[in-house]
Amino acid sequence: MSTDKLRFVNQPVKKVDADALVTGKAVYTNDLAPADCLIVKIIRSPHAHALIKDINVTRALAVPGIECILTYRDCPDKRFTMAGQTYPEPSPYDRLILDQRMRFVGDAAAIVAGTSEEAVKKAMKLVKIKYEVLEPVLDFRKAKDNPILVHPEDNWKSLCPVGADNKRNLCAHEVSESGDIDAVLDSCDIVIDQVYHTKANQQAMMETFRTYTYLDTYGRLNVVSSTQVPFHIRRILANALDIPKHKIRVIKPRIGGGFGAKQTSVSEVYPALVTWKTGKPAKIIFTREESLIASSPRHEMEMHVRLGADKDGRIRGIDLYTLSNTGAFGEHGPTTVGLSGHKSIPLYGKTDAFRFTYDVVYTNVMSAGAYRGYGATQGIFAVESAVNELARKLDMDPTVLREMNMVREGQVMPAYYGETAQSCALDRCLARAKEMIGWDRKYPRYDCGNGKVRGVGVAMAMQGSGISSVDTGSVAIKVNDDGYYSLMIGASDMGTGCDTILAQMAAECLECDISDILVHGVDTDVSPYDCGSYASSTTYVTGMAVVKTCETLKKKICQRGAEYLNCAVDDVEFDGQKVTDLKTGKSISRQEIGNRVMCFNNEALSASEAFSSPTSPPPFMAGIAEVEIDKETGTVEMVDYVAVVDCGTVVNPNLARVQVEGGIAQGIGMALFEDIVYNEKGKNYSNSFMQYKIPSRLDVGTIRVDFESSYEPTGPFGAKSIGEIVINTPSPAIADAVANAVGVTVRELPITAEKVYWGMQGK
Amino acid sequence: MEVQFILNGKNITAEAGPDTILMNLLRDLGCKSVKCGCETTNCGLCTVWIDGKSRLSCSVLAAGVGGHEVTTLEGVEKEAAEFGEFLAQEGAEQCGFCSPGFIMNVLAMVRELENPDLEEIKESLSGNLCRCTGYMGQLRAIRKYMQSKNMKIQEENREESQEENQEEKKEVGA
Amino acid sequence: MITIGNYVKAKTVEEAYELNQARNSRIMGGMMWMRLGNARVKTVIDLSDLGLDQIEETDHVFRIGAMCTLRQLEQCEGLKELYGDGIAESVRHIVGVQFRNQATVGGSIYGRYGFSDVLTALLALDTFVELYDGGTIRLSEFVKRKPDKDLLLSVIVRKSKRKFHYESIRRTKTDFPVLTCAVVTGIVNGQESWYFSVGARPMKAALLEKQWEVPKDAAEDVLADFAKQAASEFNYGTNMRGSAEYRQHLAEVLIRRAMSAILAEER
Repeated sequence: MSTDKLRFVNQPVKKVDADALVTGKAVYTNDLAPADCLIVKIIRSPHAHALIKDINVTRALAVPGIECILTYRDCPDKRFTMAGQTYPEPSPYDRLILDQRMRFVGDAAAIVAGTSEEAVKKAMKLVKIKYEVLEPVLDFRKAKDNPILVHPEDNWKSLCPVGADNKRNLCAHEVSESGDIDAVLDSCDIVIDQVYHTKANQQAMMETFRTYTYLDTYGRLNVVSSTQVPFHIRRILANALDIPKHKIRVIKPRIGGGFGAKQTSVSEVYPALVTWKTGKPAKIIFTREESLIASSPRHEMEMHVRLGADKDGRIRGIDLYTLSNTGAFGEHGPTTVGLSGHKSIPLYGKTDAFRFTYDVVYTNVMSAGAYRGYGATQGIFAVESAVNELARKLDMDPTVLREMNMVREGQVMPAYYGETAQSCALDRCLARAKEMIGWDRKYPRYDCGNGKVRGVGVAMAMQGSGISSVDTGSVAIKVNDDGYYSLMIGASDMGTGCDTILAQMAAECLECDISDILVHGVDTDVSPYDCGSYASSTTYVTGMAVVKTCETLKKKICQRGAEYLNCAVDDVEFDGQKVTDLKTGKSISRQEIGNRVMCFNNEALSASEAFSSPTSPPPFMAGIAEVEIDKETGTVEMVDYVAVVDCGTVVNPNLARVQVEGGIAQGIGMALFEDIVYNEKGKNYSNSFMQYKIPSRLDVGTIRVDFESSYEPTGPFGAKSIGEIVINTPSPAIADAVANAVGVTVRELPITAEKVYWGMQGK
Repeated sequence: MEVQFILNGKNITAEAGPDTILMNLLRDLGCKSVKCGCETTNCGLCTVWIDGKSRLSCSVLAAGVGGHEVTTLEGVEKEAAEFGEFLAQEGAEQCGFCSPGFIMNVLAMVRELENPDLEEIKESLSGNLCRCTGYMGQLRAIRKYMQSKNMKIQEENREESQEENQEEKKEVGA
Repeated sequence: MITIGNYVKAKTVEEAYELNQARNSRIMGGMMWMRLGNARVKTVIDLSDLGLDQIEETDHVFRIGAMCTLRQLEQCEGLKELYGDGIAESVRHIVGVQFRNQATVGGSIYGRYGFSDVLTALLALDTFVELYDGGTIRLSEFVKRKPDKDLLLSVIVRKSKRKFHYESIRRTKTDFPVLTCAVVTGIVNGQESWYFSVGARPMKAALLEKQWEVPKDAAEDVLADFAKQAASEFNYGTNMRGSAEYRQHLAEVLIRRAMSAILAEER
């Protein structure tokens, strides 16, 4: 199928909300919150592991303006998870809004609400909490079966069979395999046997977590929140507050970035509890510090890879063991880990066997969560680094090694749930990336002659497009007066532009202008159900729901047109503007139909459809990094990064390009700078943008992007996802570039100058 | 205490405490474009102009701006929309949360620098973090905006003139 | 965050000094760092109306008012003419233009911060601080003192025929430095002298003075020996940004590069 004749899909359409955003209009959560909201703040534990023995709030309550101070005694003793996942959630029910046990430095000990920030801050200092300090579990390598338990409580609960056992500090465990991996590795000429370590990283979206809540006319809890998962928030709050779901309405305004952070209910429960208890509007705005110490960062993972190959370079077997650190709570613990194997091993299509084993453990550091890439990023760093090490051992060009082994269109991927790669242009992606960077000229290194040396390095990646057989997107479109459409979606635009690309698809299907389509933000009371914007699902899953809904609606418009034209429905055609009786040539405009259905009408002119896919077609990409290293100091500077992506049909080239560039920049941050550092007592040192360094525009070099599109037969207009895959190549590609430049293999992120320097010294 | 200053061209008198931060006062006065991204002077989201210079309103005491001129994005809305259109045409506003502070600094930059080169542009804007875009789209927007205003980016000038020279030479040679 | 009981924009230097004598008073500079602590300050004293925001150039000195911003220092043509791009280099990596439009030279020097690029740079030059009560003293003397209640009015850099070079290493381009290094050389009292200022070790910058005669055409390995010697006379520590051993190595490299750059310029 071709994309040649498309009018809106595959076009660089400007975002529907752009004008408001670039003129600084008041469209975000905190801009919209009523002035009379109670200010809600959290008193946080100074200890990594402790029990609250006593909380004295008497003096704090006496501060003028203080409305309430809530402690664990004020919360339902029913555990829930903050993970925004489809019910039944794989993440264990291990949380209370406030607990007597403190599980990390920064854990919520009490909620203070008052009429002003000053009053609340004053009261916070006057709340006296007595802790019984306990020994924490801080080393995730020692967490499993440690006598110190992070979750000893009896009402801890796991809803899904993920291998969790709170009495072993285990949040999940699984083994999956195909073929006899041990026999295969034994018979390989070369086995790369290495351990790789990726750290927890912060999504660091510019808008921190924030929510405001109020009771409406009907006494229902209304929640306006910066979230990627409004419908899941409704369930999470119902669980947390132990109230019926119909008592809760969640509204999503514009969001200042999410990247997965807001797929966890980090901030909602606190003002919700305050409003539910007091009946008064309340809001919480996380400080950046809170967003860095008590949020939902990437899972730290240590991955042991055994990768076997023939001496001619055929990769025959991959054995991966992943140890994942979920921290104090299990949000996304059981699911992120799976991607570390299922989205790395299948990149290689000629293996005889694989095995993928994992443990996810609880420790006394902040809970991890969902971050763009969701485990795939970690696994791909490990497996792609191992492949690069194999290339060096074989003295083979790593791109040639990949050309020999990479997955190809039409292949079955045993480690990817046995799915077939129905659309895959990975070979073209790699070829194009090599051409763009000038690989054959630059590989492996180039000495600049001034004490600096440049190296190039490569990596490939894949992701999914939604969670197969789980993610559900529904869409409703109604025809209004004058025939304009309301496109109702439950998918959350978090800045990525899904409101726009879904409108592009609708305009394409309905053969109208984008300006004829009004996209409604998410309101759980009125929007059709959507699991939310995560798992790279929106373009593919909700996009298909748009296509299906448009098909249904077009039929209904034809029916109504035929009725008004007094002819048979088989005789009419709808061209987007009018319904025409092909026999008589008479027609009725969409505008007139829209107006006529508002008078003496017994059937609403609207359509609603849902879509869920039994498969999750992977997008693919190749990334090549060029770095410059100061041979004396080890300083690594990004020179150039080329990324070529196969996301199927590119729905909006501008927005897709910016997704890629942004993902690469975040990946560069992960590779070179970003690290969450704890001291020996579990205090988080990386608690501000002074200490947690995300890349500035001077740190990313040049990022260049191109697309090599395949056509995904199950996707809308041939599209697959793009949101997450883009963060996966920088870490392994940059590590490879460093190794090619100066012969130092760094297996633990971030790749700091000091690590490179000591590596060059042979230490 | 009472603070009298000029906000977006209008004389105003506002009530502020001794530790009221300018950013919060501006938001209370309805300038919702002013955002807070970090509280530690690292992100640039709260950028406003004081007497025409880009400053971080998160670390300015409101009490201190008495007698000075403060400009937020609301005060240069037309110009912001003009540059913003270039940003939007690249899809580089993305979530938009850092856009107001970024745009304020871009507009300050084009006032301050004559024919900057690419490095100067990047350095001028290094105090504005963005987590969505990877910065490339913002740079494309700046280039196109400056071209539309007949402002030259030096590096391009050099390259172009070199090319022109070469072409001239070729012509002469021919 | 800081809490402030009282804000006063001082009308005279005397008033500022008097107000600052109270135990809970603080002078505000650019408000970049002071704001971040949880201090409860009774009176904060703003010096911005005292005309301390100028860089004054005379025949003999640059007198940099305490309220001058780092951006003014960066853009000062006179300093550039005399000491080259090094002065601008020493501040241009600090966060961003907005930050440098606000952070003051006085605040940077008075704070005596370990990470201070400005302190590292100015320490290597022939620099004095002018205090309201304590008179004019050498910056190298001032950095050793504990913060007190005196008022820093200006920083005075004596003009002299000296060569200046600045280097720093950072993890990201606008991060705090892993190490800072300023090297100055010139003829002092008829003797070729070298001044090495190394900061962010992570301890605050300290100054080393050597009467070394370094041949103009010294080979890199000769310079490396000098640099190694100089670097070994500082002590180093370990923090999030680097280990003591790595820092000492960086000091050797940066000192050598600075010396080399200066000699290349003189040739």
